Amino acid sequence: MQYSKMSVSDFITESKKGNIDTKDFYSKFFEETEKIQKKYNHFVTISKKDAEKQIDTLDKKTKLQGLPISIKDNICTKGIQSTAGSKILKGYIPPFDATAISRGKQEGSIIIGKTVQDEFGFGTFSTYSAYGIPKNPIDTTRSCGGSSGGAGGFTKAIDMPHIAIGESTGGSISCPASFCGVVGLTPTYGRVSRYGLIDYANSLDKIGPMAKTVKDTALMLSIISGNDPLDQTSIQTKTEDFTRYTGKDIKGMKIGIPKEYFNNIDNDVEKKVRTAITKLEDLGADIVDISLPTTEYAIPAYYIIATVEASTNLAKYCGMRYGAQDDPKGHFTEYFSTTRGKYLGEEAKRRIILGTYARMAGYRDQYYLKALKVRTKIIEDFKKAFNKVDVLAAPTMPMVAPKFSDIEKLTPVEIYAMDNLTVGPNLAGIPMISVPCGTSQKMPVGLHLLGNHLQEGKIIQVADAFERQ
Amino acid sequence: MTERIEKVANIARLELTDKEKSTLEKDLDNILDSFKKLEKIDTDNTEPTFQPIEVKNIMREDTIEKSLKQKDALTNAKETEDGYFKGPKAI
Repeated sequence: MQYSKMSVSDFITESKKGNIDTKDFYSKFFEETEKIQKKYNHFVTISKKDAEKQIDTLDKKTKLQGLPISIKDNICTKGIQSTAGSKILKGYIPPFDATAISRGKQEGSIIIGKTVQDEFGFGTFSTYSAYGIPKNPIDTTRSCGGSSGGAGGFTKAIDMPHIAIGESTGGSISCPASFCGVVGLTPTYGRVSRYGLIDYANSLDKIGPMAKTVKDTALMLSIISGNDPLDQTSIQTKTEDFTRYTGKDIKGMKIGIPKEYFNNIDNDVEKKVRTAITKLEDLGADIVDISLPTTEYAIPAYYIIATVEASTNLAKYCGMRYGAQDDPKGHFTEYFSTTRGKYLGEEAKRRIILGTYARMAGYRDQYYLKALKVRTKIIEDFKKAFNKVDVLAAPTMPMVAPKFSDIEKLTPVEIYAMDNLTVGPNLAGIPMISVPCGTSQKMPVGLHLLGNHLQEGKIIQVADAFERQ
Repeated sequence: MTERIEKVANIARLELTDKEKSTLEKDLDNILDSFKKLEKIDTDNTEPTFQPIEVKNIMREDTIEKSLKQKDALTNAKETEDGYFKGPKAI
């Protein structure tokens, strides 16, 4: 059997017919994965032994039939090291599975490894990883994007059926999907349980799939989503088959174009996205001009809220119980401070300082509370827009994947500004999908489709129709 | 000039080198300066949003359910004693 170029749906169909020898398939899959790893460093851990155990007990009545799944390293996987890209969690082997993982396993997905990311998700280019920087398979001098960089890069590089599970706090699924030329689906906040996710910012974190096609992301979302009593913020919705939104036309659908999302973006990226919008119009959609006047406030509001939440979440990492642990000498304050200083990385320290500062007595109202009120305004903007249109369309990122040599020159403020188009929708907790829409400087450009809360169906429908044209 | 960073780092229990302190001092200034933009937007009659989706408290029966075994919960700890995590001196 020829496995290269095989799609996820073909793999499932052939497997159901009994045409796939799982062991043979995986021996080739790991051979390929090792080759990719040597070239691009997309993994913190390749879990071949664990996969072999899963293959032995595989139930062939399941929906995924033994499909290979890679998992972002901040999602807990039983028996497989989960570091969230941080040295402070080196050696941590969760004794349990995240809900998204156990749901995948129930449907016959096989975990093949844990993908590289920025430490705790703190970054836009995956350059803040403690386990090496993942390289873009299209051009190794360029970034995969972040923070789910390994997930995006490997999804592009592997020429065999595979789906990645990523996670987004402020754009960490959309950005690498755009930079690597794959599809990334960020669901509504609370659609997928966060149980077992190593938190960055609780009110923003969302687990979601990345894959080569829209339909594959829809399939995976159907499996991992749904209410979970183990996560209090998980939405009370039933699981849904999102693949039923694929294969449809988009005649008469109203697609809004937020004018503020075209400010300060690369000219050629804008051109490619405008062409994509024209194609949506050709497919029968009505294009409507929209304004989201609060767009310019999204960056400061996001970075305040996210770092405040992160600075409290990271308090638990102190060199005790799991991960990096030194000899617990001296007073606890001294031991905790030394351990945290030693094992946390540059950007983690920056965000802890920023977040701690923004919630200190005397600054809390000026920064944190203000940001939360601005968040309300941003959500109101989106709600007003979705009264008029079904879906919003914009560029995913303001440019193509940058070169590492250019990233080095950027200041923290300049790096944060790159998230301009993704942080607004992430603050609002609305679903979004990035689909490839052509290239610029030979690098992929992403079209970003945003939907109202719980309207994943509509963005999948539009993204799929666009992908098939 | 790094007193502010030292105060914040102390609250965050984060030991920093002198070099880190001066870099972070500069970064904090630049970042906070870029956040000044928020002063322009009127939020006097706006409520803060802590959760993007309305979350209700959900109660469950107070019954004993199966959970992680103590032995498994301790597997990642280097220092344990009598089934407990062992940490540094607190007093």
